[in-house]
Amino acid sequence: MSSFIDYTVNGLVIGNIYALLAVGLALIFGVANLINFAHGSVYTIGAYVGWAAITFLHTPLPVTMAIVFVACALLGMAIERVALRPLQGNARIAPLLATIGLSFVLDQLVQLVCSPDPRAVPSDLPNWRVAIGGVSIGPMDFLIAAVGIVSATLLYLFLRFTKLGFAVRATAQDREAALQMGVNVNAVNSAVFAIASALGGLGGLLVGMYYNHIDPAMSFQATLKGIVAQVIGGVGNVPGAILGGALLGLTESYGIALFGTTYRNLFAFVLLIVFLLWAPNGLFGARSGISAEPLVGTFVAPSRPVRLPRWAVAGLTIAAFALPLASSSPYLLQTLTNAWLAAVLALSLTLVAGTAGQISLGQAALLAIGGYASALLALDLGLPAIVSLPAAGLITAALGTLLVFPAFRLRGHYIAIATLAIGEIVSLVILNWEGLTGGAMGLAGIPPLSFLGHDLDSNRAIYWTCLSVVMIVALLQTRLLSSHLGRTLRAVREDEIAAQSYGVSLDRYKALAFAFGGFAAGVAGAITAHLYSYLNNQTFDAQLSLLALTMVILGGMGNVLGAIVGAVVLVGLPELFRVAAEYRILIYGVVLLLLVRFRPQGLLGTV
Amino acid sequence: MPRRLEIKGLTRKFGGVAAVRSLDLVVDDGELVSLIGPNGAGKTTTFNMVSGLDRADEGEILFAGKPIQRLPPQAIAALGIARTFQHGRVFANLSVEDNVLIGAHTRLRAVKLPLPLIGPLAELALALVRPARVKREEAALRAEAREILALFGDRLTPRLDHPAYSLSYANRRRVEIARALALRPSLLLLDEPTAGMNPTETEEMQTLIGSLRARGMTILLIEHKLDLVMHLSDRVCVLDDGLKIAEGTPDAVRRDPAVIEAYLGHSSVGRAAAEPVGP
Amino acid sequence: MTTPLLVLDHINTFYGAVQAHFDLSLEVGEGRIVSLLGGNASGKSTTMKVILGLVAPRSGTVTFNGERIDGWPAHQVIRAGIGSVPEARRIFPLMTVRENLLMGAYPRSDRKAVAADLDRMLTLFPRVAERINQRAGVLSGGEQQMLAMARALMGRPRLICMDEPTMGLSPLYVDRVLELIAGINREGITVFMVEQNANLALQIAHEGYVLQTGRIVLHGSAAELREDPRIREAYLGGAVAA
Repeated sequence: MSSFIDYTVNGLVIGNIYALLAVGLALIFGVANLINFAHGSVYTIGAYVGWAAITFLHTPLPVTMAIVFVACALLGMAIERVALRPLQGNARIAPLLATIGLSFVLDQLVQLVCSPDPRAVPSDLPNWRVAIGGVSIGPMDFLIAAVGIVSATLLYLFLRFTKLGFAVRATAQDREAALQMGVNVNAVNSAVFAIASALGGLGGLLVGMYYNHIDPAMSFQATLKGIVAQVIGGVGNVPGAILGGALLGLTESYGIALFGTTYRNLFAFVLLIVFLLWAPNGLFGARSGISAEPLVGTFVAPSRPVRLPRWAVAGLTIAAFALPLASSSPYLLQTLTNAWLAAVLALSLTLVAGTAGQISLGQAALLAIGGYASALLALDLGLPAIVSLPAAGLITAALGTLLVFPAFRLRGHYIAIATLAIGEIVSLVILNWEGLTGGAMGLAGIPPLSFLGHDLDSNRAIYWTCLSVVMIVALLQTRLLSSHLGRTLRAVREDEIAAQSYGVSLDRYKALAFAFGGFAAGVAGAITAHLYSYLNNQTFDAQLSLLALTMVILGGMGNVLGAIVGAVVLVGLPELFRVAAEYRILIYGVVLLLLVRFRPQGLLGTV
Repeated sequence: MPRRLEIKGLTRKFGGVAAVRSLDLVVDDGELVSLIGPNGAGKTTTFNMVSGLDRADEGEILFAGKPIQRLPPQAIAALGIARTFQHGRVFANLSVEDNVLIGAHTRLRAVKLPLPLIGPLAELALALVRPARVKREEAALRAEAREILALFGDRLTPRLDHPAYSLSYANRRRVEIARALALRPSLLLLDEPTAGMNPTETEEMQTLIGSLRARGMTILLIEHKLDLVMHLSDRVCVLDDGLKIAEGTPDAVRRDPAVIEAYLGHSSVGRAAAEPVGP
Repeated sequence: MTTPLLVLDHINTFYGAVQAHFDLSLEVGEGRIVSLLGGNASGKSTTMKVILGLVAPRSGTVTFNGERIDGWPAHQVIRAGIGSVPEARRIFPLMTVRENLLMGAYPRSDRKAVAADLDRMLTLFPRVAERINQRAGVLSGGEQQMLAMARALMGRPRLICMDEPTMGLSPLYVDRVLELIAGINREGITVFMVEQNANLALQIAHEGYVLQTGRIVLHGSAAELREDPRIREAYLGGAVAA
């Protein structure tokens, strides 16, 4: 009994933090129609600012909180200026991608400045605890509760009774009408980013103090949890976000009690998917009379794709195949082999996100499925690679499509969130299904690639194999795009309503795109597994999904050649120029930001 | 003999406000029936329900005797109903030709096997392998698309491979109609085909619609330009505030007191404000 | 003749590759009701957006009260003394009727006068007054139109711009709305209204412009336009009257 109350208290405390995050996301979504993926980075920076203030300036708690509040408010305003304001009038997904880029940059800066190692956040709170019904509650619990209640009250009063609060609500309900009432919507956005970020930053500080632990990697999970809490409460709904946070905190806490800590996130994401699919408006129903899925629109900037002449493409292909004959540098060949594998992932994503318009943020999960499938077929059944690779492709195509199938009715931002969550779920299932996957220990001793009994162990052979896979996928995909499927998929991307009205079954064609992409990515994942000979649940993480998206945008959405170029540029070049690993993510983030702002059609143009 | 389209007691409410109120309407084969009325009268809402994009709160829609009010849009398209959209919904980044080919989507046979699960996979395989049958069908549809585009004279033919976003407003409307014709519909729903067109273009469109009608196509038309409506229609149905206030031949509707009331009946008000205008 | 309150001079507007206005020029004299007539997709609403600063013209100027306002952001245009009754009303559905009215007075800081104006609106629009504490989203279409007009008046505009104020209203409300517009004008507020139904608009307007595929094709007094046979091509009502 007392442990039940313990878990309840713990759930409510963490739920309070989630609520602080979700309220900010809801406010931002309300006025700007944007899911701010940099929100978790603000939270992390809030924690680090607090840590720095306490450690170096020895500030007392109220001063620390004030510093964090102001610093994060300013950061929020900066994010609005960089990621939102310049992108008004662009495709709706553009600011979302910009915040993803920004989160890469911010997280990496924190890591560079403060080192990736965790830090302890000293707290000057007194050391008493009260026992209530067998549960001991400390000052930290009270502090978090107080911050939550006070912020909620102040926020309510602000929205309800101040002029700016009126403007925020009006903008959230109808931006264009608010403009016509004389509301300076940019100023409102800026104010909302400031408030939301200040609350997020406080959340980060409190969590740091609560666990006495902060590290730069905490951003991503924070963003995700905030999004989950927000979806539960109804996207853009502020009171809903508070309740969603509490509910998420409790669910996680009870889940941990029943199944153990590794299940925590699984509960969060399953909850997210359940709500997205069965109650997309959250617990509080529709937030307004406007359509439940306002976020249509993919990231296709109209452009005429750059068409390389056939001889040029042929020449480049021959050069790529001939390269190992000219240079036997294992470093060069391995780097390019990695780039070819990334290119297959990019090809699969450019079909799904670029051609069919389903922005997937969980594409790396397909690599994981393919990798595990082939590894298990080889390890448990002793199948040779020539069988296990295509089998892994088929399994990934089937499983990947089945997993996303329920999400096909979602659009725009929602499909992005759903695929992100599905990707995380795949990774968490791998982590927890120890009997099959080895759990956190992973799978070791995966046999190397072999062909007709000969192990492919030379760098050249591996290079040629991977390049051949890229070429085959690229050729098939080009052929697909020139068939009736190409125009049908693009019609689905352009306008689902019109496509449906002309007899196009949306589910069928989205499924075909995911199946084709799943097959390609599955094979790439399988090859990777055999090359690495070791896999665990973190081999293909969410960051890889986001990197793949950056490649695809860099090359031009939907552009086959572009996907390959994007992969070579982003994977190959930093390696060849020996950019230190910690700067690489920073570069990816900056590239994504610059692309979204200045060349949304990518290098070779959207198709 | 079932009617081509029969709408019975159709009602649609948005947040308590009725956009369409127990509408009855019949369209027979070969007829051209026009739906007129001021903006907001419920005309497009009716189109949306017939094409399956919106669900009626009450009432029935029969197409060739078959109830369709619960079918999804793609199934309704497959039955042979094609529509255009009031504000134009061309596929902006597709070429003019591809836009029209999407119109022929329901007519694809060679790539489609009527089998669950196997069907889609076979479609993928056939699209990649492209046996002769598939190639022939694609070529035939392409040729037909060009024929349809030629109906618009020189307006679209020189722009076959231009993306739709580069077209003028009037040309986008034409592409929409071409796309609808490619479905070979047994009922064509045209939602303000002449919106945004100047008098010359409007006249061209009138000739085109007239020739479609002469070829026996069944058409339900929403249009504000009454000259065109009166010229082309077999029957006219007048909606105001979601209600059908009149129906009949163009001549009868023109003289119907309810119609004159709806369009001109507010003449007693506000005159006081309207002083004669100075130079 | 006094200098016009609002002048659009040689406006050219584009949406991507598509041109929406061709050298559009028009004038709205102080104290008048001027109606812009035209069919769907003729460029009427875009004209409204250009005036309000929601869409920037590629070339041409907009002058309000002697000042160039093209290129100004919308909130600044509104603050200069232009009120807007948007197409399809666009009230704030989740705010109460009172909050909607207060949003109309957003640029103002004279609290007492705002409160007095609020009371005045409630007498002027009794239907709105009955619903003062309800969410605006539950109002009927006609009531929402009244609210949108009252909301615009709360900003004490010199010029009020209305985009199809009678759209989708039952005949009863159409009469009422037209009467109210005439009444607003009698109090000295200049009205620029976009309408598709010329017969309705010309009942209360002093003069009208006819817009066709982005060009002004006709301009005259309401009386002249009512008699003009050419106007039938551009709008709905004429052929019925014929």
